[in-house]
Amino acid sequence: MGDCLRLCTAASCRSRGALALLENSDRPVKQVGCLGPCSEGPLAAMGDQLLSLQPAENESLGPTLEAALAKSREISAEEPFLKLQRRLVLARCGVVDPGCIHDALSQGAYQQLQAVLAADDPSAVIETVRRSGLRGRGGAGYPTGLKWATVAAMPGAHKVVVCNADEGDPGAFMDRTLMEGDPHTLLEGMAIAAFAVGAQQGYIYVRAEYPLAIERLRTAIAAAETHGWLGTAISGSRISFAIELRVGAGAYVCGEETALIHSIEGRRGVPRPRPPYPAEHGVFGLPTLINNVETFGNIPALLHLGVEAYGEGTKVFSLTGHVQRSGVLEVPMGTPLRTIVETMSGGAPPGRSIKAVQTGGPSGGCVPASALDTPVDYDSLKALGTIMGSGGMVVLDDTTNMVDLAAFFIAFSREESCGKCIPCRSGTVQLEMLLRKLLERRGNAADLSQLESLCHTVADASLCGLGQSAPKPVLSTLRHFRSDYLELLQLAEVAR
Amino acid sequence: MATLEQGFTELEPVLQRHGHQAQGLIEVLNRAQQLYGHLSEPLLRHIARQLQLPFSRVQGTASFYHLFRFAPPARHSCLVCTGTACHVHGAAQLLAELKAAPLAELGVELGSVRCIGTCSEAPLVVVDGAVWNHVEAGAVLKQLQELE
Repeated sequence: MGDCLRLCTAASCRSRGALALLENSDRPVKQVGCLGPCSEGPLAAMGDQLLSLQPAENESLGPTLEAALAKSREISAEEPFLKLQRRLVLARCGVVDPGCIHDALSQGAYQQLQAVLAADDPSAVIETVRRSGLRGRGGAGYPTGLKWATVAAMPGAHKVVVCNADEGDPGAFMDRTLMEGDPHTLLEGMAIAAFAVGAQQGYIYVRAEYPLAIERLRTAIAAAETHGWLGTAISGSRISFAIELRVGAGAYVCGEETALIHSIEGRRGVPRPRPPYPAEHGVFGLPTLINNVETFGNIPALLHLGVEAYGEGTKVFSLTGHVQRSGVLEVPMGTPLRTIVETMSGGAPPGRSIKAVQTGGPSGGCVPASALDTPVDYDSLKALGTIMGSGGMVVLDDTTNMVDLAAFFIAFSREESCGKCIPCRSGTVQLEMLLRKLLERRGNAADLSQLESLCHTVADASLCGLGQSAPKPVLSTLRHFRSDYLELLQLAEVAR
Repeated sequence: MATLEQGFTELEPVLQRHGHQAQGLIEVLNRAQQLYGHLSEPLLRHIARQLQLPFSRVQGTASFYHLFRFAPPARHSCLVCTGTACHVHGAAQLLAELKAAPLAELGVELGSVRCIGTCSEAPLVVVDGAVWNHVEAGAVLKQLQELE
């Protein structure tokens, strides 16, 4: 196994020419998913050795794989970016061929599902998940065990398990990484969840912007059905579970669970008030369990390790922005932010310094450089006025204008608002106008206080998570970078 | 009424997979756009009939989602990624500069996309499905002129 060259052909390395290298190669090559430091791509690996095939500046790639390998640069396993990771969810990503179920099976895929089916005790599975303290990795952090127990307790013979793979936050690509790199781990996690809550039907709702993830999921679902890991009488048991893929059509709000349900049902992706929660009244009115890709991805590792060895678990982050080394990394829960953005990723480009780290996308906020020692966990980030979010992390250097960034996110939310409730529909428009006014140096102190109070109105009065969290980027930058706003007011004063 | 009887036979497999049920609407719309390039009115009416839905429901659903289009695409498409990582690497300016260029004369339709998740290559554009990395407006224009 270790002797075969592995080449990353996931979206990022693919866009850097990995497929051309694959075509111009005489040696056997195994296609794998993400190897981690995307900014060094295209990436290859041999055994434990990670190789960057990136050409030097002013040189071009290849043209053959041999030529690229001859000029490759090894990325040492001792480098913090690799060494400080703890890969549970992504354990097989970059190792296994995502298009080949035999390879996945030979490396332990579906073994936890088999063990769970053999033990035939759904409540024990739920109890393990509950004791582990696993919380939803999609961003909100709802306790997973509690959610499973709620759905399991619902009456009725028909239930549904949904995987939310509508990874819409810009700058977030953890879920894409797992779906492209090791889809069988996701399918196994979903099947275990289905067994635990008593569901027969599953859906993966994946965004259309991820064509390769869609293709690999389709292949994986078909292969799992052929090998008896999905479908009727899984692995000779009395359990049946089928998974259907549903492809989105470019609506960010469909990441909200009630909107997602409507979209699966073939309707406009408009949220509705809760309760009833999906656990009670979900897809087609059936009790429905909805978890994010990474949450399901944790399940096989958790069952394999057991609650004690699993510990606090991990979080996968996609690190981008003004940082020397960007890509995907999985770290122990509670790792200080500074370790991630400075030690592991090399900090800001030469001559610049980190101003803030944005987490949680349009629903999140900024952590100022002064608070970089904060451990990355749900509650610490919440205390700083941001959220863990799904795992997108954008590093911002000292050239960034935080008001411009706030306006960027508000424009995003304004565009993606479904229009159902007025606070979100009109509020985001007004917030953007106020921010533009400030940016164009036409603002005054009254605009600033109106901006602040309108933020609270939109957050308090909106129907769903999109509107409720849309003002967060503004509130967070007002809290930590008020001077950026005041500077614009002063400039406006001078202009008058 | 020739257009109403237009075949759209290529759509039959996806309609059958969903048992001509309303719940398959978005899957059917996705496939229809893939096959025919855009969702014309005759096509939407055909889908409405096949799924036994009012035309308004089909059009209302299709118009909700950003990726559905109702006019034929140009020969080429150029989508500027406007995700966060691309934004902090100058995507707004890139988009503005490309907007000012006579792209229509080249048969190129300019649009934007919200993050394709390969942020290490920011800023980037997606041209006819292929990703061009670390771009600036001048180089994109030059390469667009060389298309075909």
